[in-house]
Amino acid sequence: MVLTPILTAHWDEADSYTLAGYKRHHGYVAFAKALKTDPDAIIQTVKDTGLRGRGGAGFPTGMKWGFVPQNDGKPHYLVVNADESEPGACKDIPLMLANPHSLIEGVAIASYAIRANHAFIYIRGEVPHVIRRVRHAVDEAYRAGLLGENIQGSGFDLDVVVHAGAGAYICGEETALLDSLEGRRGQPRLKPPFPAVAGLYASPTVINNVETIANIPYIMRNGVDWFRQWGTEKSPGFKLFAVSGHVQRPGIYEAALGTTFRELLEHAGGIRKGRKLKFWVPGGSSVPMLTEEHLDLPMTYEDMAAAGTMLGTGTPMVFDETTSVLKAVSRWLQFYKHESCGKCTPCREGTYWISDLLKRLEKGEGKMEDLGTIEDLCRQISGRSFCALGDAAATPFPAAMKFFRDEFEAGISTPADQAFNPLSSTVFVKAKG
Amino acid sequence: MSLTETTWDEARELAERYPQSRSALLPMLHLVQSVEGSVTSDGIALCADVLDLTTAEVAAVATFYTMYKRHNTGKHHVGVCTNTLCGLLGGDAIWKAVSEDLGAGHDETTADGLFSLERIECQAACTHAPVVTIDWEFFDDSTVEGVRAALKKLKKGEDVQSTRGPVVRGINATERQLAGFDDGEVHASAIDDKMLAGLNAAKALGQTLPKSEV
Repeated sequence: MVLTPILTAHWDEADSYTLAGYKRHHGYVAFAKALKTDPDAIIQTVKDTGLRGRGGAGFPTGMKWGFVPQNDGKPHYLVVNADESEPGACKDIPLMLANPHSLIEGVAIASYAIRANHAFIYIRGEVPHVIRRVRHAVDEAYRAGLLGENIQGSGFDLDVVVHAGAGAYICGEETALLDSLEGRRGQPRLKPPFPAVAGLYASPTVINNVETIANIPYIMRNGVDWFRQWGTEKSPGFKLFAVSGHVQRPGIYEAALGTTFRELLEHAGGIRKGRKLKFWVPGGSSVPMLTEEHLDLPMTYEDMAAAGTMLGTGTPMVFDETTSVLKAVSRWLQFYKHESCGKCTPCREGTYWISDLLKRLEKGEGKMEDLGTIEDLCRQISGRSFCALGDAAATPFPAAMKFFRDEFEAGISTPADQAFNPLSSTVFVKAKG
Repeated sequence: MSLTETTWDEARELAERYPQSRSALLPMLHLVQSVEGSVTSDGIALCADVLDLTTAEVAAVATFYTMYKRHNTGKHHVGVCTNTLCGLLGGDAIWKAVSEDLGAGHDETTADGLFSLERIECQAACTHAPVVTIDWEFFDDSTVEGVRAALKKLKKGEDVQSTRGPVVRGINATERQLAGFDDGEVHASAIDDKMLAGLNAAKALGQTLPKSEV
């Protein structure tokens, strides 16, 4: 498999984020084509590509669009989930920084297809440098007559609002995001009804990830066969992979789906000098970790599922042998505890107890029964929580226990910082050997 | 600073940007915080009045999101990511050093009112770990020395540029930007080698696509 610079093709041009820079490379040609196409035909095209959501769950995008009832007399909305905050995920932020117009053009085409006249881009609040870029792109598009009323004389109207969040990981959950966008606490809603039927302001709403929407202009211009030349039957296309952690060259690598993790790791220069791989997490902290035995797995939705994990956001975090798994898992659980919205009991109470027990083990003051208690708590949370945050919180511990049980058992007598010198895992430490 | 007629006008302007005015609550809370440095009772009352909500409804929202502060904060907000990856790769060491230097812990402000310190969660910049933010501008691939130098400059009142380009201008200026009042700094940011790692590798390997396709 090969690298496929498509979304990233022109990121190295100084004006890649401007309308002029984008137009130089077919920018908004796809939107012009879309405006002359039957909206249902666009939905069918996206269905035919097999494009799957790039935000983590991998739901087929065209199918999501197709769920929106038509001729129902209600306003429809498109909401872009730009709340990227899953530990490990760092692909949408650079995309919006470097090429926000691919997102805006995708928003315009998607809105036209689902018959929405209002779209929102919900960006997490902690990234002002990115919010500036997206707002600027929207302003440029308005000035060029690519957004607003009667766009290019087509009779299609579209308003786009860029909305800044205020610090809550849970708002990446699509119904929590909707509540947040309605000016409420970001807490998930009971489903059904699904957003396609009753979403924003109780109207039909499609919520898509940034990268998903940014794929649309390229698909619209180049077609289904072009898109399907990469990837597999179940995971067609290409993907932004962000490789982070103990590798020589961490960064964004856009490649065909189905590229093996070994190949990605090679592009990233391999594990840092003198060290070896301990474990890696393919798609954000919410998916189970893997080890060296999984290096040759293709990065696809189905291969990751078969290995008992998920492709998730496609942003592998890589850790070498200087890493304390106990500390890593403990810190992730502190994160889930901090970000639990408090709505449902299993997640609110469970994340609290698990993170406390893990902290005790991390200090080397754990008790033998703690491991069983944590396993029990994970079982009580998983599948019993209101939303996927609970399931995610119950994921790292059992996955880590599968490979590194001894490290957790050591937490009964040995502090993690004693077993693993914290300095060794930092990037400040000089290369070994 | 206190809330003036200008703030009221700007809040009403925000309410008009949405099909339903309540959607403007998050931006409006960023706005009142940008004026007063925190979300005060006055700020909550303003939002409630403009949106025709009760103060309890607004307070419930203001206390849910971590970026809103209900107590006095410093001129600059300093965030150190101590989530797993950043923490292990150096964030913990940076946190310890900065916290000791400033004599402030998590969610605390220095005595001189210059810095508020926070252990922050993942900033979606894991490829650039360890990450520090000042007024939510990014300091990628941070080191203890680098953060110390930046804070020293800010203490002296000198300009500090984030690694992604924008100069830090105080947390209130950032909050105003987030509320939706643009500061015109869009051109200050730049893409770096880590974001271009794949593209550069593809070019070196001759794996780019025909111009007609991309």
